[in-house]
Amino acid sequence: MATEKKTAAHHEPLFHIAKRDQMVWWKAWIIRAAAILLALVVSGVIITLLTGLNPLNVYGEMIKGNFSNNRVFWMLLQKTSVLLCNSLGVTLAFKMKFWNCGGEGQVLAGCIAAAACMIYMGDSAPNWVIIVSSLITSMLAGALWGGIPAIFKAQYNTNETLFTLMMNYVAIHLVKVLQVLWENPKNSGNVGTINRASQAGWLPKLFGMQYLITVLIVAALCVLVYVYLKKSKHGYEINVVGESQNTARYIGINVKKVIIRTMLVSGAVCGLAGFLLVNGSSAPTVGPNTAGGQGFTAMLVAWMAKFSPFAMVLASALIIFLQQGSVAIATKFGLHRSLADIVTGVILFFIIGCEFFIQYEIKFRHKKGGVQE
Amino acid sequence: MNQQTAIPAIELKGVSKRFGSVIANSNVNLSVHKGEILSILGENGSGKTTLMNMIAGIYFPDEGEIFIDGEEAIITSPKDAFDYKIGMIHQHFKLVDVFSAAENIVLGLDEKGKYDLSSAQKRVADICERYGFEIDPKKKIYTMSVSEKQTVEIIKVLYRGADILILDEPTAVLTPQETQKLFAILRRMRDDGKAIIIITHKLHEVLSLSDRVAVLRKGEYIGTVNTAETNEAQLTEMMVGKTVELNIHRSEPRDAVPRLEVHHINCSNREGVKVLNDVSFVAKAGEILGIAGIAGSGQRELLEAIAGLQKLDSGAVLYNNPQTGKMDNLVTKTPLQIRDLGVRLSFVPEDRLGMGLVGNMDIVDNMMLRSYRKGKGVFLHRKEPKDLAEHIIEDLEVVTPSASTPVRRLSGGNVQKVLVGREIAASPTVLMAAYPVRGLDINSSYTIYNLLNEQKDKGVAVIFVGEDLDVLLALCDRILVIGSGCITGVVDARTATKEQIGLLMTKTNAESTEGGTPHGN
Repeated sequence: MATEKKTAAHHEPLFHIAKRDQMVWWKAWIIRAAAILLALVVSGVIITLLTGLNPLNVYGEMIKGNFSNNRVFWMLLQKTSVLLCNSLGVTLAFKMKFWNCGGEGQVLAGCIAAAACMIYMGDSAPNWVIIVSSLITSMLAGALWGGIPAIFKAQYNTNETLFTLMMNYVAIHLVKVLQVLWENPKNSGNVGTINRASQAGWLPKLFGMQYLITVLIVAALCVLVYVYLKKSKHGYEINVVGESQNTARYIGINVKKVIIRTMLVSGAVCGLAGFLLVNGSSAPTVGPNTAGGQGFTAMLVAWMAKFSPFAMVLASALIIFLQQGSVAIATKFGLHRSLADIVTGVILFFIIGCEFFIQYEIKFRHKKGGVQE
Repeated sequence: MNQQTAIPAIELKGVSKRFGSVIANSNVNLSVHKGEILSILGENGSGKTTLMNMIAGIYFPDEGEIFIDGEEAIITSPKDAFDYKIGMIHQHFKLVDVFSAAENIVLGLDEKGKYDLSSAQKRVADICERYGFEIDPKKKIYTMSVSEKQTVEIIKVLYRGADILILDEPTAVLTPQETQKLFAILRRMRDDGKAIIIITHKLHEVLSLSDRVAVLRKGEYIGTVNTAETNEAQLTEMMVGKTVELNIHRSEPRDAVPRLEVHHINCSNREGVKVLNDVSFVAKAGEILGIAGIAGSGQRELLEAIAGLQKLDSGAVLYNNPQTGKMDNLVTKTPLQIRDLGVRLSFVPEDRLGMGLVGNMDIVDNMMLRSYRKGKGVFLHRKEPKDLAEHIIEDLEVVTPSASTPVRRLSGGNVQKVLVGREIAASPTVLMAAYPVRGLDINSSYTIYNLLNEQKDKGVAVIFVGEDLDVLLALCDRILVIGSGCITGVVDARTATKEQIGLLMTKTNAESTEGGTPHGN
């Protein structure tokens, strides 16, 4: 018996990780709140150590940078909306376990199409025609950008992560080519503000508010995506294909068709974000940085929200809040942007990291005497 | 024999292993001497592989001791096993496709000095010469046949200096000629003083190759016999055990008309190996047709072929449609097209959570899998599936917190009740069930038997793939025995014996084709 005990103790590690069954929702929220608090404390310490500033002032400035006036507040809303739109797009694919890393390219494709409509129709067509055609073509362009990798995935089982990723660079370089073609004024190398004088194709200001229409469109889209995923037959198929292609085959779902169809929708929604970025902007233009890495941030948002459309509202608002806030503190205190990035990083680290403790528990070894034997 | 008196190369004493409530091995005693081949014989799920995995350091025994050369050994990892000079050749090869044979062989070896592939190649060549392997050390794995890959695996353990070799069903993937070659090599290694353990369930191989045979049945150690002193009948009896009387109700089939006719179907897997070889049979309405066979003999492919999920090389699956009175050929049709024909075919696949159900979805959503297309419009109608879910939970006594619980959280028996319940709810004319009671407790098993019997009495053609011969004999009307993709016999379940089926199951491809048409009866 003695030897058996010794060997058993010898083999049991100090701790092991076990998956939790399911945590009660309020406990999960306590953990999340604690994580945010901890994140603020840790980044506070870092701020004080590196700059000697009072962290409370710094945090105050972050809040001010988002809420102090109408302009920054509307910026928060607009950026959140576009990011949310993008996140909703990639989520459609993610639900199918199709790792669409091409949000960036799909947004840019949408931007290109929207800008093209504004540039080429600006002088001839009525405003609403330009807007509607921008909307439609940008969604088609996004769908095209998402559909190509999907066709290859369905037919030849290519790796969708790499394929969608590479499509981003195609879009970025396409924009660079078009910058030359569309440059305005001449030799500036930029597209400049499209239809500055006529404002043809610009989204109208509702009740005098520049971005209200963007916010409303995305809010409606959010509900739509939720309904599509949860209540429609398509959404059900996406779910089954994502969970198990074998089951999908077994019940007679055409897996290839679902993959292609879903990526067309996913790309179209990302393309819509491109439309909002161009037509919805206060100075519509297009350039390689128009999407500004949002296609990638959207993936973060989707994962943080665990693919729930409504949780994504919170997640994208948080990301934009941190981004705007860090710009604000960098300007206010004359700090380097990197410090702001550190703070953002620390906060995100804790928020994402705490999910681990919600899903898993750590069990320590009970008998401590075993090792010394 | 002097082997019996010498200290065994490896000896297991009272080894037990449990996985939760499942007992994989209970109190197993084994010994293998140097210069000896020991076969481990047993049906599926008898615990052969688990036992070997404990010797190879993949599992650690819950109870019992392992002695190597007379000294107690504690093997906690494959690395430990190598230190004790134990090498295992797994059923599924663990090789890097883009590397050459020699590179795979030295992979992971922590040798002193610099990485010298040419000297490694030379040592590989030496081993090949010594035991008669034919392999080019520079050949890449992805260009190799299955048998060559297996050779690489064997050389890999020999290169590491293994004196005790364990082979897990090495002949399952080989042609008869390749098998003969392998056996010649194994005999040479035995004569070289290695201790060899081979897992198999093919009786004739056991008899032709091994010196002694250890038999396991349902995790229990039955005994070890000298090959020279035994015969097929004794081994079969040890393997399948005495017939157990099960109290399963069985009615006489009434007006059994042919419902499904399978004609000469052939099917190959991705590697081009034939998994179904000229299979023909008839399933009749109002009877339960059992399918017996060692796992992986083609049962899955057969059922999937009928369900329209498996591409066939040739042959026909004819469905006698009771509504139209016509014969419909189901081959080349997708599951959806089959359903559109009005064929009410229900299928309880072997892989419940990987194919029959979606583990992360709740019971209601799983009910919809078959029926979600019903109803007009783009939206789902959850009312009907919800009623069905509640109905099944109540009727079949599914233990679940609610109908909105993800099925992966249910116990195995309850998962199966959900699946079978859904498949029966579609009021099928053909019901196929693959291992429907695997892993289920007695009560749940009887629930399933009763459900199958109910369907039979309603005139459904039931096809039941099982592994427990007692159950097959007690439940079915006829039993089809399948071995290596061939039908090796059809027996009347009311009169057949376990030994008879056991022998048919262990017949191999070569034997049955040599013996003329395998399904003459």
